[in-house]
Amino acid sequence: MSDAVKLIEVKEDIQADNERVARELRARLAARKTFLLNVMSGPGAGKTSTILRTVEALRGRLRFGVLEADIESTVDAERVAACGIRAVQLRTGGLCHLDATMVAQGLDALGLDGLDVVVIENVGNLVCPAEFDTGAMRSVMLLSVPEGDDKPLKYPLMFSVSDVLLVNKIDYLGLSDFDIAALRERVLKLNPRIRIFEISAKTGQGIREWADWLGGEVESFVEAGARTVRA
Amino acid sequence: MHELQITEGILNVVLRHADGQNVTKIVRIHLRVGELSDLADEWIQRYFSYLSRGTLAEHAELAITRAPIVLQCIECNASFEIRRESFGEAKCPQCAGTRMDLVSGRGYFVENMEVQ
Repeated sequence: MSDAVKLIEVKEDIQADNERVARELRARLAARKTFLLNVMSGPGAGKTSTILRTVEALRGRLRFGVLEADIESTVDAERVAACGIRAVQLRTGGLCHLDATMVAQGLDALGLDGLDVVVIENVGNLVCPAEFDTGAMRSVMLLSVPEGDDKPLKYPLMFSVSDVLLVNKIDYLGLSDFDIAALRERVLKLNPRIRIFEISAKTGQGIREWADWLGGEVESFVEAGARTVRA
Repeated sequence: MHELQITEGILNVVLRHADGQNVTKIVRIHLRVGELSDLADEWIQRYFSYLSRGTLAEHAELAITRAPIVLQCIECNASFEIRRESFGEAKCPQCAGTRMDLVSGRGYFVENMEVQ
């Protein structure tokens, strides 16, 4: 073999494997009518509290399970399980996000029988989770008022890939210089199709409206699945 | 950050393509990275250099080009490219609309590699 350099064409997407696993997972869940919701935010935006409020608001209408992802610790899963919700903690061991393979393993550990919705509480991070398809039907992000209204400028991808933005800790609005109108304008420029709800997981403000929207999404997903099966 | 998983993906792909091609060394890898990726070129290279030790890709240089963000106007369906700085401020060049869908601008794509 000479030292001559030759070119090998590769043309391969690095994330193709994850995207394939995510598509397969979505199809498998659709066939059994289980709705998967991916919840993302920075640390401390209130993901766990919001999930608990949402489950409570839809009690009697939808049955929830939760996949908790954290780099370390099991405190979130313990908190969710203490509320009588089936939960599994995935410790990512330093990894900053969940991918579809980890989610599929988590769902196996959780068990899907008797569940209408599984919520993934992704790792608290506004960067990495945005790059990996988890297999979810919808992605929701939280931004809390204390984080500031400039976050769409710093983390545009997260706002671009989310179907819903929950602006949490809205009860802090009067105490801060957070400009909610400016936030909405910035977010809608990045993603004109995103739905924005203002909520407070602490006081319960806005939770009903958000939960009703989610309930409607899940119910139309189940009906669409039923129509496909009949067809 | 997810440099590790991405660079591991790059390494797996290039080693798979080198397999059975009579390759003694991978010299350079041409990688296209979406402008919306937050990973810095320098760090992708550092992680790659670390992970590729003892493989055919050890000492390979990553030649990274940034793929532009492609948007599609919701009003008139025109597609166009913008730079990251203009993301969130884009206007449709055809109808001046401001409502866009993101078509591409994410992801990591190995184009080709130079080998010996």
